[in-house]
Amino acid sequence: MAEKTMVEAIRDAMSEEMKRDERVILMGEDVEGGGVFRASEGLLGEFGPERCLNTPLAEAAIIGAAIGASLNGILPIAEMQFADFSHPAFDQIVSEAARMHYRSNGTWNVPIVIRAPYGAGIHGGPYHSQSIEAFYAHVPGLRVVCVANAYDAKGLLKSAIRDPNPVMFLEHKKAYRLSREEIPDEDYTVPIGQAAVKREGDDITLVTYGLMTHHSLSAAETVEGEDGLSVEVIDLRTVAPWDKKTVLASVEKTGKALIVYEDNLTGGFGAEVAATIAQDGFDFLDGPVTRVASPDVPLAPFAGPLEEYLLPTPEKIAAAIRDLAAY
Amino acid sequence: MVSVKDIPGTGGLTRDQLLDIYQKMVLARAVGERERMLNRLGKTPFAVTGEGQEAAQVGVAFALRPGHDWVVPYYRDIGVALTLGQTARDLLLGHLSRAEDISSGGRNMPSHFSDPKLRIVSTSACVGTQIPHAVGIALAAKLRNLDEVAATFFGDGATSTGDCHEAMNLAGVRKLPVIFVCEHNGYAISVPWEQQSAVASLAKRAEGYGFPGVSVDGNDVVAVYQAAKQAVDRARNGEGPTFIEARTYRLVPHTSDDDDTRYRSREEVEEWKKKDPLTRFAAWLEEHDVADRVALDGISEAVAQEVDEASDYAERAPVADLESALRHVYVDEEV
Repeated sequence: MAEKTMVEAIRDAMSEEMKRDERVILMGEDVEGGGVFRASEGLLGEFGPERCLNTPLAEAAIIGAAIGASLNGILPIAEMQFADFSHPAFDQIVSEAARMHYRSNGTWNVPIVIRAPYGAGIHGGPYHSQSIEAFYAHVPGLRVVCVANAYDAKGLLKSAIRDPNPVMFLEHKKAYRLSREEIPDEDYTVPIGQAAVKREGDDITLVTYGLMTHHSLSAAETVEGEDGLSVEVIDLRTVAPWDKKTVLASVEKTGKALIVYEDNLTGGFGAEVAATIAQDGFDFLDGPVTRVASPDVPLAPFAGPLEEYLLPTPEKIAAAIRDLAAY
Repeated sequence: MVSVKDIPGTGGLTRDQLLDIYQKMVLARAVGERERMLNRLGKTPFAVTGEGQEAAQVGVAFALRPGHDWVVPYYRDIGVALTLGQTARDLLLGHLSRAEDISSGGRNMPSHFSDPKLRIVSTSACVGTQIPHAVGIALAAKLRNLDEVAATFFGDGATSTGDCHEAMNLAGVRKLPVIFVCEHNGYAISVPWEQQSAVASLAKRAEGYGFPGVSVDGNDVVAVYQAAKQAVDRARNGEGPTFIEARTYRLVPHTSDDDDTRYRSREEVEEWKKKDPLTRFAAWLEEHDVADRVALDGISEAVAQEVDEASDYAERAPVADLESALRHVYVDEEV
């Protein structure tokens, strides 16, 4: 066991997979130099310029070429420097990668991983802070992973690399160096589509993912100490597919559901979770399915106080827990 | 006549190869015409074909190694698909969106060619998005030290897309074994070339990406083949990409839903009909004593019969089971 930050765990996952399978390559802007978050630190030295390769600054070509390479025996990890900059490749991801298998009647498939740092809270302004998971969770043919801790990041990235489908692998950038965690020395994977119950509880089910898992756990601790409330916190970890079973089983137990996500409220992924609980868990509910999210404002302003004002915080989440508990 | 000897001025083509090229062109024309006829008869909702562009398509495809080299085509490339080894039956099954359709089982629109065994890659209807795929395929070939070449085909409108620029730039930087083939027919649906680009010849653009661009008479199949052969040799020898601008004309509307009388004068179309690549090549074959009129007519008759049979077969073939529409969203959900 060794203590690792999330970004180190991601680096290790890539390195180990590149060692395990020579078809795996990393391509993107600045990856040869280690990348702006240092996620590919050392990979050039370890694997050479044929397997860790810089591309021109052209996101559609990065994804488009990764798609092509994947059709010809390569397993590319395509790095988007920031999730915000992946939009020029939206067409390649949605119309090409996601639809290739379906439109060819199952005869072609696109085993690529698209890694992208996403999320706010680092003074990134409106173009280094976006949450993009809802766009892609909407698209059949894609898998969408949202990680914010080292253990899950490593295990899920390995699963993503081994998955025969295109995977959007979203790494919350504020979690890159948030903490260190014990990581097993031996090879392990975390399955795509399986939530983690991070904290057990009886009064309220709190469904979240990404950085909000950390805030939600902190809020749950606060309300337990101050109000005696027992909150079950579920980290979805992947939003496509997402673990309905774990969520519904928890709501059946608690009777109340709070969904916390960092993205804008309207059409955010939490809306899908809410709709599913409302429809499939209606008989379990003792209160309104409630959401805490960012207001419908472009995220996020550069000025620190403005950014914090908009984003869900442990305090806002704790307040929502108390309101729902009192219902 | 001797079949093994090169015919002078053809870049090494034999009599049999020249007749094979002619047969593919005639077959491509006949398949396109049949598809538009089936549409007019109300048997299919949509047709998109490439009559007039056969020389550009067959000439390039003939320079490739079928099943070894990769092709990422666009929706007019009936001639490419046939030259690589697809049959009239394959294409008509696709046109009629039957279950047996190898390209998509009736999921993609007609003329969205795909055939894994022939390394013809499935494409979308989004213009230009296939170009980076060919570059990625070529990147993989280079990383894996394979002598495979990727060829991608597109119209002149596609050259305005960001994907085209990004892909050609990446191919130039990495010196990849890829051939960019623009079937320049002068129109992106109704938009004429003058409104698409301020530059008369597209071939010039290649210079900006660091590789050669050639402009060729796209209705002269021998000239197209020679340009393609050079490009394929360059790519296979590790010398990098080539851009080929094949100047041609589509003799038919953009699709069955298009009325080209709105934007093209009939005089213009008639002028281009005089340069029809099929009649030109037939005349060339006769002039060069490769075949006489009787032999060429024989090819046309055999093609007509092949297309009739393929069309009948495809019309009788069933559409896929309804529940199958839910399948193949993800790989691991295969039954």
